[in-house]
Amino acid sequence: MLIALGVCAVVAVVLAWEVLAASLKPALAHWRARMASGWGEDVAAYDPGRERRAEHRARELLRSCVDEEDWEMYRDLGFLRVWGSDGSGTGAGHGVAPYAYLIYPHKPIVAYVPRSSRLLSEYCVDFPDTDRPFGSVRLPPSDDVLAKWMALTADERRLIENANLHLAGRQLDPDAVRSDIAALSRWEHERRRRRDAGSLRAT
Amino acid sequence: MRLLRMKPGHGEVLIAEGDVEVAEEELALIEAFRAQLDQGMWAAVPVIAPDGRRQAELVRDFDEVPRDAERVIFFPRAAGGR
Repeated sequence: MLIALGVCAVVAVVLAWEVLAASLKPALAHWRARMASGWGEDVAAYDPGRERRAEHRARELLRSCVDEEDWEMYRDLGFLRVWGSDGSGTGAGHGVAPYAYLIYPHKPIVAYVPRSSRLLSEYCVDFPDTDRPFGSVRLPPSDDVLAKWMALTADERRLIENANLHLAGRQLDPDAVRSDIAALSRWEHERRRRRDAGSLRAT
Repeated sequence: MRLLRMKPGHGEVLIAEGDVEVAEEELALIEAFRAQLDQGMWAAVPVIAPDGRRQAELVRDFDEVPRDAERVIFFPRAAGGR
């Protein structure tokens, strides 16, 4: 009797192992594949100091490419405004373009009407580097802004055609964007006031 | 002229540098330029528009790069994001 029970127990254990092994094998293979593909290295490779240095370089490159006013806008407000091509050259003091874009780092580009602050649409666009030099496809934030700025100022239509178009408010809070537009207006007003005061003192 | 490429985790990287008026250096620049485009990069040249504002020009061939350009900046081509 005891022998029979022992045999049954052994058979039950073997059967249970077979069932468990069948379900564990794929998980084990997946884990091995991730380790082989360098998953462990990616985690170890993340270096916040390197990311900070990369962003510092990116900010300097951005600064060297855009106008001084645009650089100060980005430095102070965290975004850039680019006029729509129909209104190119219609900056502060020369009238207002029919539409403009706000460029945020790693967020959609927002098109809006400057006269009314009405939001038009969001253009979702990335610049993924498939080489993944440090495990990530994402450019530093200021490089992302510069890439958008270069593409918009060089060939607005081409960039827009490559982007995914969504109604305003899909990803970015419309109230936050309107608040940014209002902040930009105050910022420009203050900048003009300081410039005028400076030129008065100079005379 | 300097050819720069934006890189994740690094910022810009110097790809090549040379004088376009020196034949050997120009050839090296052209080769490096084509290699970047073959890798799927877009190439932009920062310029100053007639109205004095700064902007960029996208170029598809080395012949389109102004001879007096100081920099060509390569960045990954745009793709629709989420």
